[in-house]
Amino acid sequence: MAEKPINDYGFEQFLNEGKLMGSMCNGCETLYVPPRSLCPGCRHSEMEWTETAGEGRLAAFTSISIGTPAMIKEGYDRNNPYCSGVVELVEGARVVARIEGVDSIHPETVEVGMRLRVKFLNQGTDDDRGTVLAFSPIEE
Amino acid sequence: MYKKRKLGRGVAMVGAGMSSFDMFSDKDSKDLFAEAFVELNTSVDKGLDPADIDALYLGNFTNDFFVRQSHWGAILSDSLGLVPKPATRTEGACASSALAFREGVFAIASGFYDVVLVGGVEDMSKRSTEEVAEGLALAASPYERKAGLTFPGVFAAIATAYFEKYGASREHLMNVTIKSHANAPLNPKAQFNLAIRDMMDAKVKRAKSQGRAVPDWIDEKDFLRDARANPPIAWPMHLFDCCPISDGAACILLVAEEIANRFTDDPLHVVGLGQGSGRALHSADDLTYFEATRHAAKEAYDMSGLTPEDVQFAEVHDCFSIAEILHIEDLGFFKPGEGHKAVEEGLTRLDGPMPVNTSGGLKCKGHPVGATGAAQLIEVWEQLRDKAGRRGVPKSDLRIGAAHNLGGTGGTCTFTILERR
Repeated sequence: MAEKPINDYGFEQFLNEGKLMGSMCNGCETLYVPPRSLCPGCRHSEMEWTETAGEGRLAAFTSISIGTPAMIKEGYDRNNPYCSGVVELVEGARVVARIEGVDSIHPETVEVGMRLRVKFLNQGTDDDRGTVLAFSPIEE
Repeated sequence: MYKKRKLGRGVAMVGAGMSSFDMFSDKDSKDLFAEAFVELNTSVDKGLDPADIDALYLGNFTNDFFVRQSHWGAILSDSLGLVPKPATRTEGACASSALAFREGVFAIASGFYDVVLVGGVEDMSKRSTEEVAEGLALAASPYERKAGLTFPGVFAAIATAYFEKYGASREHLMNVTIKSHANAPLNPKAQFNLAIRDMMDAKVKRAKSQGRAVPDWIDEKDFLRDARANPPIAWPMHLFDCCPISDGAACILLVAEEIANRFTDDPLHVVGLGQGSGRALHSADDLTYFEATRHAAKEAYDMSGLTPEDVQFAEVHDCFSIAEILHIEDLGFFKPGEGHKAVEEGLTRLDGPMPVNTSGGLKCKGHPVGATGAAQLIEVWEQLRDKAGRRGVPKSDLRIGAAHNLGGTGGTCTFTILERR
């Protein structure tokens, strides 16, 4: 595996490979997802790539009717809303991501706290956003 | 190390003016700022000779994007005839003009200048709604944009975390909207000046006159629950949870306290100043409060020696209804988790014990982002100087008011306390 820069560029490259990676601070062992090149806690700049389990729980979410330009382009609108949210990973770090596999027309059925597993959208396509981080519910 | 702040010398607010806030197809930032400046001139009790203005500090978020023009400090200095006096632009997203106010205060407190014009402007409506949303989202994190999170989307997500933690619901957001719309008709400058009830009556009347099915809403909340009248934007937030797109300008005259009596016998004193920074949504330590606001509040209270109980009314940054609930908790007016109950109980109404957003707030007064921080302080000025007319806070001995301004999704927050002596 070629060395990837520990920053947003490297993070994106890993997403393209289907991996949700963070940086572990060598100084204080805090995990950052997305990665940081400088630890804001102890200011160490020695970081190591760490792969996450790709699982977590829904901490906050929304169903968006009036989307970002990229989402409007994908065909989402008032009649076809999409969900995005904050996911707390089992490792403790939180990420923002698309939330798939939930009923975005009836968001009141979506529960904060539900268990989620990572998925990668648009992987390998020429979408100029690159691979988009998403999560969907784990069937229990 | 944290240190209690103080000014090198006292600073007073002696004049204020703002333009109308609305969507103007035939006015630009120069026109709007000129309108604000003309009103400021008439507000200075003993008159202002513009030649006495030492410097201009101007807040502007992103006219660069909205009208493809930057460098607004110099442009407005020229249009007001202040050239060659220095002009400096400040940017802190929707808190840009609160930062201009602070820079003006510091410039005077340092002894460098005596008379400073501060303010802000934004010209948003020349672009489509989607483009405005894109421009505002420049202040969010790239991760949020990629996840499809719009500005309303970020605050909507915060709302769901707050609901989950404290057992609140969409109905509590509606209480904020109804309250803001109750204050707005009393503000001649408000962009939306109808109470929700008046809006319902107008829609019923129109339906009748056009022979269409007449809506049968039983009350304001019933109207707000109706997705045809109040369509979803980012669940759980609907249209009436969101501030409008606005063009507007606001400006304030600051002077050294020791020369304030040249301008007025009734200045307001800058007694508390606070500013904080916050993190992106995913790295916030908690989704149900704004770290930057709490820090700003602590600084301002410490500097002034005042407590939240001393603040008699406040303008807070209600870009979205949920935001107002978080702010009144973060500023210490109500305990964490109690804000939604306080609004429900009417405690923040104009005639309540802690009036919040007497102007109608960003929701109704309008939110030309770069002008908002200054405009909020102008509401405090009008209230404290007894110029708020029918929306005057009905308290005897009104002496202390405050304004809270927020930029982005909480990345920059300020809290400013003014006192009339």
